[in-house]
Amino acid sequence: MRVVLAEDLALLRDGMIRLLTAYDFDVVDAVDNGPSLLRALTQHRPDVAVVDVRLPPTFTDEGLRAALAARAEIPGLPVLVVSQYVEQLYAKELLSQGTGGVGYLLKDRISDVAQFVDAIRRVAAGGTAMDPEVISQLLSRHQDSSPVSTLTPREREVLSHMAEGRSNAAIAGKMFITEKAVGKHTNAIFGKLNLEQSEDDNRRVLAVLAYLEAPRS
Amino acid sequence: MTETARLPPPRPSSRWGLVGIVLALLALRILGFVLIAFLIVSISLLVIWIGLPLLLAMLATLRGFARVHRRLAGQVLGTVIPEPYPAGVTGGLFVRLRFRLSDRATWRDLAWLLEVQTIGFAVQLAALIAFPFLPLGWWGSPLLLRTDAATTRLLAGPQDAQLQQRIGELETSRADSVDHSAAELRRIERDLHDGAQAQLVALAMNLGLAEELVERDPKAAAALIGEARQSSTTALADLRLLVRGIHPPVLADRGLAGGVSALALAHPRPVEVDAQLDGRPPAPVESAVYFSVAEALTNSAKYSAAQNAWIWLRHDGSTLTAMVGDNGVGGAQLTPEGGLVGIERRLSAFDGTMSMASPLGGPTIVTIKVPCALQQATG
Repeated sequence: MRVVLAEDLALLRDGMIRLLTAYDFDVVDAVDNGPSLLRALTQHRPDVAVVDVRLPPTFTDEGLRAALAARAEIPGLPVLVVSQYVEQLYAKELLSQGTGGVGYLLKDRISDVAQFVDAIRRVAAGGTAMDPEVISQLLSRHQDSSPVSTLTPREREVLSHMAEGRSNAAIAGKMFITEKAVGKHTNAIFGKLNLEQSEDDNRRVLAVLAYLEAPRS
Repeated sequence: MTETARLPPPRPSSRWGLVGIVLALLALRILGFVLIAFLIVSISLLVIWIGLPLLLAMLATLRGFARVHRRLAGQVLGTVIPEPYPAGVTGGLFVRLRFRLSDRATWRDLAWLLEVQTIGFAVQLAALIAFPFLPLGWWGSPLLLRTDAATTRLLAGPQDAQLQQRIGELETSRADSVDHSAAELRRIERDLHDGAQAQLVALAMNLGLAEELVERDPKAAAALIGEARQSSTTALADLRLLVRGIHPPVLADRGLAGGVSALALAHPRPVEVDAQLDGRPPAPVESAVYFSVAEALTNSAKYSAAQNAWIWLRHDGSTLTAMVGDNGVGGAQLTPEGGLVGIERRLSAFDGTMSMASPLGGPTIVTIKVPCALQQATG
């Protein structure tokens, strides 16, 4: 799988190249600033990109904006955005384009290598990988009168794993239950939230995220 | 704002220096009459559009004219006469004209102009003529000039009561600022010591132990390494929280409008944001206003039982105004230990104010105002 990497801290960049290569990714380009990133994305058209939010020259949200611009030009280009901090605002912007193949993770997650690589593969396949921090922030907005508060604790757990972008199988593994049990929970969740179930895993996740993000009345 | 070095006050000019000054003053009288003429013309032209920019230009010229005279008067008296003008404003012609016309200093300058062109003229002329007529001129001239300079200081310099009050305000807000900064630094040091530093020590310890055990007991070593990884995650989380409390990254990246939008998203109830700023306030002002809004929102979430809240942000050319409101139960009060009082003190460092309207039954509105200029957005 061809990967473009964008990270301005040399130590981290080298480490990530080593990590990716060890897991059989082909790092076609590793850049350290915003303009180069946009060029690399549009020229190489990688299978997935792993991008730091904060890059030179402005050291603000260069990486995020380059990712959005590249995805505007190449719809559905899989990009996993990593950062030292997560902002709901940025998550919203990444998801606003409506297509899958997008992820937003804390750099902390890189230390759990297996999960990190799984997230990259998920995003490359057109799925999503939202950081649990972002999801818990989103869920905390739905309290009291929201239908989310009618979910059982188990259902809430399944919902947050779903929102992170995990498949039924992965959720089953994480919660030590069967896939069938997960299926039952998701049916209940979609019923209570009044959402249409979808055969397509990605569309399902996007629907859940859109629901959680929507401004409440 | 840059700090200009404190120059020692100029020594009073020598007698020959005074001759030069009085000649300069008399030459300026001619310019003064021209200035009066232009002022009259621009006022009469206010009925058509051209009068507005013309009057603004003439008032600016008047300020420059007065500035020169303050400097000359300062040299005569051997002192520095400060300027009584407030910081300027950005904005359209109407905004700027209204600002200048509502400023006392403008009207005192006009009064001074009339005085210096009439009485001042006579005194300066008398001083010049008296010079050749020693010994009367020897004492008389400088005396006349000092009278004229003192009149300039009286009319065109800052008023004493104004200054005293201002000094009092600045002393208080500076003390508050210093207290606040010192407290913040102590808090940061404590958080680092108890949080991230402690985690890193635990991490190093675990790794050291793992190093020892890796051959004798690989399983135990693996467990320790896992724990070390946990510690690193916790340390990172602590540091993130700390950074957010100092200067949130989203504020630095997206400015105040973006920052309050992020605050709104994180709030448990729906928050409507109406923020329009074309430019960015200075970073410390941004930070102070951001934390003020954050505190107001936190209080709303904790006490108001409101269904929703709103944030309104505007800049009218001279003042940044932020309002945070909710439709909750009201009855909020400013307690001395409360967060809002701390915010008030923080804002006072920038001459900012905070007021709250919270009748019983609601709604509650917190209004924050800070005088500042916006730096235009670049690209």
